[in-house]
Amino acid sequence: MSSKATAQPLSLKIASGAFLAFWCVLAAFPIFWIAVMSVKSPRDAFAASAWDVITGPVTQAAGNGLSVLDIVIGLAFLVYAVRWAFTGLPKLIAHLSPPAWIVLGWLVGAAVYAVVFVLLFFGLLPIILGAVNAIAGPLGTPILGLTTEHYVAVWGENAFYENFINSMIVTAGVVTVSLTVGTLAGYGLARSGSNLAFWLLILALIFRALPHSVLVAGYLPWFINSAEILRPIFGELSPTLYGQPWAVIAVLVAINQPFTIWMLRSFFQNIPSELDEAARVDGCSHFQAFRRVIMPVMWPGVITTGLFSFLLGYNDFLVTSLLLDAQNQTMVPAIAGYFNRETTTTDQVEAVAAAVSITAPLFLLVMVFQRQIVSGLTAGAVKG
Amino acid sequence: MKFKTFFWFVAPSLFMMILFIAAPLISVFIQSFQITQPVMQQIEVETCTPGFLTQTCTTELKTVPVIDEATGKTQTTTAWVGLESYRNVLQMDKVWAAIGSGQFRDILQIDFWKALRFTLTFTLLTLPLVVGVGLAIALAVNNAAKSLRGPVIFISLLPFIITPVIGSLSIYWLFVGDGILTTTLERWTGQDIAMFAQSWTIELLMYFYRVWHVAPFAFVIFYAGLQTVNMDTLESAIIDGASRFERLRYVIVPHLMPLIVFIALIHLMDCYRVFEEIIGFRSEAHVISLQWLTFDFLTPDDAGNRAISRASASAMLTMIGIVILLILPLRRTWRDHKGGAH
Repeated sequence: MSSKATAQPLSLKIASGAFLAFWCVLAAFPIFWIAVMSVKSPRDAFAASAWDVITGPVTQAAGNGLSVLDIVIGLAFLVYAVRWAFTGLPKLIAHLSPPAWIVLGWLVGAAVYAVVFVLLFFGLLPIILGAVNAIAGPLGTPILGLTTEHYVAVWGENAFYENFINSMIVTAGVVTVSLTVGTLAGYGLARSGSNLAFWLLILALIFRALPHSVLVAGYLPWFINSAEILRPIFGELSPTLYGQPWAVIAVLVAINQPFTIWMLRSFFQNIPSELDEAARVDGCSHFQAFRRVIMPVMWPGVITTGLFSFLLGYNDFLVTSLLLDAQNQTMVPAIAGYFNRETTTTDQVEAVAAAVSITAPLFLLVMVFQRQIVSGLTAGAVKG
Repeated sequence: MKFKTFFWFVAPSLFMMILFIAAPLISVFIQSFQITQPVMQQIEVETCTPGFLTQTCTTELKTVPVIDEATGKTQTTTAWVGLESYRNVLQMDKVWAAIGSGQFRDILQIDFWKALRFTLTFTLLTLPLVVGVGLAIALAVNNAAKSLRGPVIFISLLPFIITPVIGSLSIYWLFVGDGILTTTLERWTGQDIAMFAQSWTIELLMYFYRVWHVAPFAFVIFYAGLQTVNMDTLESAIIDGASRFERLRYVIVPHLMPLIVFIALIHLMDCYRVFEEIIGFRSEAHVISLQWLTFDFLTPDDAGNRAISRASASAMLTMIGIVILLILPLRRTWRDHKGGAH
């Protein structure tokens, strides 16, 4: 009965479907478009007609093009590689790595997979396809302009990999430290019903609201002069904190703490407290109960919170651009360096390529961890 | 849990927050009443240029910073200046002059008031849009076939997860002088369009960007909330003859109300620190925000000096603003806590 009563008229269904399609186009278009622009020659990337941007006649005329055969085989390879990453790879890793080292196994597995993929896709495939195209006739003539010159320029000549490494150091540091500190605090807060715990959470909420520039205004004078301030304590070894990646990691961890403890607390509240009470009855101390009983079951929450810490560290512009100097700049502030040079269209397209390079890891992240991200967003809201 | 154990669990986190959040706040508060300047001295400099018969020599007084012999750095002094930095940021004399002469628009020429105006409009205008668009997407996804939901959620997450600077850049490149959407619009309207030449079009794009960026977050949360709507209530509403819209208005929205409050709170905090859009759209000349103002003071100028005291003053003013915005929601939480069973 209810199905009939809640059945929707066709017009509503069409309207809702159309709206959804519109939203999907809107959500994906800017990202899709910068990806397309980044592989075209500058004249094509800023061409007046959208069709020219997609097909890239100038790029193609310069000898960089894909034939029908290239596209079909390349796409088939890509689809197969992605599907295997979600089906074959997990089995292989589970088979090869001992159960206790599964996390390490995944890290090694993902790295090996990435290297093999790059070698096959960018190394072997073009050679084979070049030979096939030569004998394929009309199917082998280029129809779609595509060039990787901007990526080569960005990663090679402009040494973007240095920024990439800096980004990775900062992000990895932020994720590890924030999770270590945050899980302990989150567990403590979830298991203590005291007023103090409540006030700590409210304080954390207020801290979360603070604009980051307010905090950076507080750090800067101290960081620049830290060598002199710390000299009485550490002597000649006292460091200048300004420009040090680990100082930025500490700052970002602190900025991220309020969010981390709120989120982990709501995850820990969902773990029944009978679990650790049972361990306590068996004679464990609180820390032992945490280590032996809670740690094995807390991974879903930790992975989700880790993802959001990753995003904070990776996406940050304000803190890293003010507290790091040019030598050890991370990727996102480094792209601002392109603005000043952006005098020719080539520079602009190189900036686009750099932007796509920054987005690519995030794209992979959503692909692999979509479920965790969604559950994390929802968990934060459950007990807002 | 005993207090002592609780303390040891929380201590590392608390230590980080005190050292890197609370302590800087105190430091900013003190800095905003101080001003640190290099010690200057006047010296006579004789410069000679070769001339006919004799050299032409001129002596002039130059003001140069005093260099410390031991460290080789410029000496600085720190002086208490009271509210002067605040006066420099607020420029109340100009504000009163503008009010006195009835030229209210002149107030918005001053950086701080310009930034405040934009930050507040931005926060309050995007809030209903984000809630509305998020709810609409959630309802539409809930309506769609099950097999479609996964891919739609995947695509929706992309704008949310993308680096804010890159996200605003990607929209900037669509609308820049020879960007694809500008040329398309120009062809349709037959006019010359420059989206980044005046402030209102930039602001429009910023509102669009922010809704595009945050609506997925609202969508995911509302979508999760929609899964727990009580079907019995919904059915009794149908039996009572409630139309589709009335069901949405009286059953679904009240059910989602806690989530709407949650999103509004988070959105208030995040929007108030609007900053990345200014960088991505390169709108410094037209539209600025409070957080950008502090950032600008902190960025070294051509001579390498940072206006720390003015930055601190503007940071303190920014903070006062967010405290005022958050007082109401926080009071509610406090009342809920007192009413709760703790």
